[in-house]
Amino acid sequence: MPATQSRINDFVLKIATVNGTGSASANGLLMQALFRMGIPVTGKNMFPSNIQGLPTWYEIRASRNGYMARSGRVDIMVAMNAQTYQQDMNNVSPGGFLVYDSTWPRERSMTRNDITILGVPLSKLCNENFSVARMRILMKNVAYVGVLAALLDIDLDIVHALLEETFVAKPKLVEGNLQAIRMGYDYAKANFACPLPVHAEKMGDNAGQILIDGNAATGLGCVYAGATVGAWYPITPSTSVMDAFTHYCEMFRTDPDTGEKRYCIVQAEDELAAAGMVLGANWVGARAFTPTSGPGISLMSEFIGFAYYAEIPSVFIDVQRVGPSTGMPTRTQQCDLMLCAYASHGDTRHPMLFPANPGECFELTVKAFDLADRLQTPIFLMSDLDIGMNDWMVPQLEWDDSYRPDRGKVLGPADLDKMERFVRYTDTDGDGITYRTLPGEDSRGAYFVRGSGHNRQGGYTEDSKEYEDVMQRLLIKWETARKMVPPAVMTRAKKKTRLGILAYGSSDGAVVEARDQLAQQGIHTNYLRIRGFPFGTEVLDFLHDHDTVFVVEQNRDGQMKSLLKLETNNPADKLVSILHFNGMPITSDCVVNGVSQHLAAEAAA
Amino acid sequence: MTYIAKPKIDLPGQKRNVLGLLQRDYEGSMSTLCAGCGHDSITAALVQALWELSIAPEKLIKLSGIGCSSKTPAYFVKGAHGFNSVHGRMPSVATGAHAGNRDLICIGVSGDGDSLSIGFGQFGHAIRRNLNMLYLIENNGVYGLTKGQFSASADPGSTAKKGAPNLMQSINPVATAIAMGASFVARSFSGDREQLVELIKAGIAHPGCALLDVISPCVTFNDHEGSTKSYAYTRLHKHQATAADFVPAAGEITAQYAEGEVISVKLHDGSSIVLKKADSDFDPTKRSSALGYLEKHRDLGEIPTGLLFIDEDWPEMHAIYGTAAKPLNAFTFEELNPGREALEKLQREMR
Ligand SMILES: Cc1ncc(C[n+]2csc(CCOP(=O)(O)OP(=O)(O)O)c2C)c(N)n1
Ligand code: SF4
Ligand SMILES: [Mg+2]
Repeated sequence: MPATQSRINDFVLKIATVNGTGSASANGLLMQALFRMGIPVTGKNMFPSNIQGLPTWYEIRASRNGYMARSGRVDIMVAMNAQTYQQDMNNVSPGGFLVYDSTWPRERSMTRNDITILGVPLSKLCNENFSVARMRILMKNVAYVGVLAALLDIDLDIVHALLEETFVAKPKLVEGNLQAIRMGYDYAKANFACPLPVHAEKMGDNAGQILIDGNAATGLGCVYAGATVGAWYPITPSTSVMDAFTHYCEMFRTDPDTGEKRYCIVQAEDELAAAGMVLGANWVGARAFTPTSGPGISLMSEFIGFAYYAEIPSVFIDVQRVGPSTGMPTRTQQCDLMLCAYASHGDTRHPMLFPANPGECFELTVKAFDLADRLQTPIFLMSDLDIGMNDWMVPQLEWDDSYRPDRGKVLGPADLDKMERFVRYTDTDGDGITYRTLPGEDSRGAYFVRGSGHNRQGGYTEDSKEYEDVMQRLLIKWETARKMVPPAVMTRAKKKTRLGILAYGSSDGAVVEARDQLAQQGIHTNYLRIRGFPFGTEVLDFLHDHDTVFVVEQNRDGQMKSLLKLETNNPADKLVSILHFNGMPITSDCVVNGVSQHLAAEAAA
Repeated sequence: MTYIAKPKIDLPGQKRNVLGLLQRDYEGSMSTLCAGCGHDSITAALVQALWELSIAPEKLIKLSGIGCSSKTPAYFVKGAHGFNSVHGRMPSVATGAHAGNRDLICIGVSGDGDSLSIGFGQFGHAIRRNLNMLYLIENNGVYGLTKGQFSASADPGSTAKKGAPNLMQSINPVATAIAMGASFVARSFSGDREQLVELIKAGIAHPGCALLDVISPCVTFNDHEGSTKSYAYTRLHKHQATAADFVPAAGEITAQYAEGEVISVKLHDGSSIVLKKADSDFDPTKRSSALGYLEKHRDLGEIPTGLLFIDEDWPEMHAIYGTAAKPLNAFTFEELNPGREALEKLQREMR
């Protein structure tokens, strides 16, 4: 037996299966069971761009310390896919365990001495116990849940309860599932020393926490923000935002008596059209949004510049994926910052919001609509595949019933009564934001939206001065936006330090864990998590107050670093990139290594 | 409620409509198009039709893409909100606007370049959704604004100003629209005000996407001999397939028509379109008949005009989606937000 550290409630369980074999529900069951045992968990789906047949992995991290990032370890691998067996075996951390279906023998050359290999004849057991072919395949996945329940000491009562909740309408299915779980459980109990030194232990009930993916939270945010029009063109990994919006609208926005829908979801012919629809709806005063990913933003760019210049509120949700081009559509990156910050031709700049987890997806989606209405400009919610499509444990979403949307500067007939004459683009408040009216209300408020040169009255112009006048005002509005986007969050080191780490979005979890590990090595870092663009003064202060600032991000070119260089006048050599762009969510190891290697090189120099 | 900026002087002979507005109140700013441009005549027809229909300016929205044609929404009904969008994308903005407020009367103005080249996709999908709007194509066979290149509607053999012929097939918006399942398809000529006004009225009343293709000569780049979109050519070759009379809901059909040559189509708001047919073998309520008719007259070298196809029962976008009758932008936040308790309850399932 290889030496194994005892790891209680601190392990990574990875399950390798084949896409389309129905393993998702088995994996979800494991994740939820651990969650109900009170253990902080996260689940990462590593899936191919394929509907059926290619390898897929699900990685569950249980962390009693509540770390949410990938750690880079694999303590237990369930290798259900013969095709990737060798690779999966190689990926197990020394001292770890590999569970596989031993119905068919594996090549003897495939072995390792530093891990424990546990063979369970899952197919054989299923064939003996189930007669229907489809059941035999599906139950194989459920059976490994049983094996793991024994090996990891997962509470079977909880598993039972979860199954009953899942199949309330189909109690027959509960029986079949339970039978498969028992089968795996009993086999493991009879053949292995259960539980393993790596196992779970009940540590509470995770009260106040929920399991949710970011896209569901974003879709819910759109409902709570009062969005009524959604326009979209399907694209991974953003599709489930609209799925969620649809689902929650059906639930909350359908008149119980008449069946009338208080929402309108248009599946557009392409992203260009989706952007046009968002502009049209917001123009008439309905909150509207579009969820998309990088390729969609590329197509929407002409309209984005239009919305910037004609000043139309609009919300663009970019669930980022690996580019360029089609790239790796089912893998994650933070790679659209430059694209979105300056999307479109001409002088354009757009506010961006960076949620770090599903909880913030909900909160910042609502914020995005308020900012769009207030600033009358496109707002980008910069999510990514890791946040959007993976399962996160976050504190329960909160809602304050006294919240009312900020619809910004909109004049109605009563306001027009008091005015000599309405003009669209004159700044009377000094904040760069002008007043608009809504079509359908009052002909005195009529104005003409155009992307061509216009003056402060809203009239067509080719006059240089009039053109410059409007463009200069838009810069004043940009300064107003700076004060309105959510501020960066500062976390100080326990000791005074001149080292800073700056990150955003889904890199947060890795940084949080890395900072603890670095502190144990005596490296103390202050941490600034950016949540909004344009950068507020707190970002400038942070850069000023540190000698070295590590900028952690998930792209090749250091896009946030570029933005910091472009938008602040700060010595560029202060900024040190820590980059991770292989498409898998960033690990804490990556941050730890990046920081320590730089410091070692600096010390050697 | 309507507000008119211009001082009101009641000239003798100037009529007011039901809203008490003069035709002048339906005008916009001064056109900057070339003198004699067909597009200006269409604008004049719109002014007349909207005035005659007594449409409250604030209930109207005017949208367009990019092109000389797309500039024209600035030239009618100053009291209506306008949206001059980007090239070829007017239909998507109209879709969003109509999604957000279904009570608005929507007129989209486009060109042959705008709708049949860069915007061909959006043109097709507005039809597919049966978006409740009047969709006008001001069709001159060229890109006017970029100085006279052939557009996709240029006919094979039609020549450019310097003599080079177009050798490619033309995209015929009328036949395309019918083939794609449009619910209202008509063609007119900017030089035939009487027909155009009636078709505009019928198109606005039609509860769905009303496509109106208007041959609208470009005097600067495509009005020479050899062009099939010139004034002269169109006058000579147009063939009035139907004469449409729009009869408002309160109106009465008084004209006498010969038996068998007349169809009356009742619209959902109680108004009707009375169609006088030129040919007895043509049934504009049947797709196959309409397409066959168009092909037959193409072979004869004729340009059929008038209302060419109508299906007033095909559901429009909101009927298809089941959207609330009340415009979405009119719902209060309380009517849209599920509230704290619902969120708490929902999250019990997320554990
Ligand atoms: C994306 C984009 N490409 C090209 C242009 C240049 N452009 C302006 S108008 C036009 C053609 C307009 O033709 P049509 O719609 O037939 O209008 P017309 O001027 O003939 O009325 C083109 C190509 C543009 N505005 N936008
Ligand atoms: S160029 Fe042609 S289409 Fe454009 S305004 Fe002049 S005549 Fe009209
Ligand atoms: Mg043209």
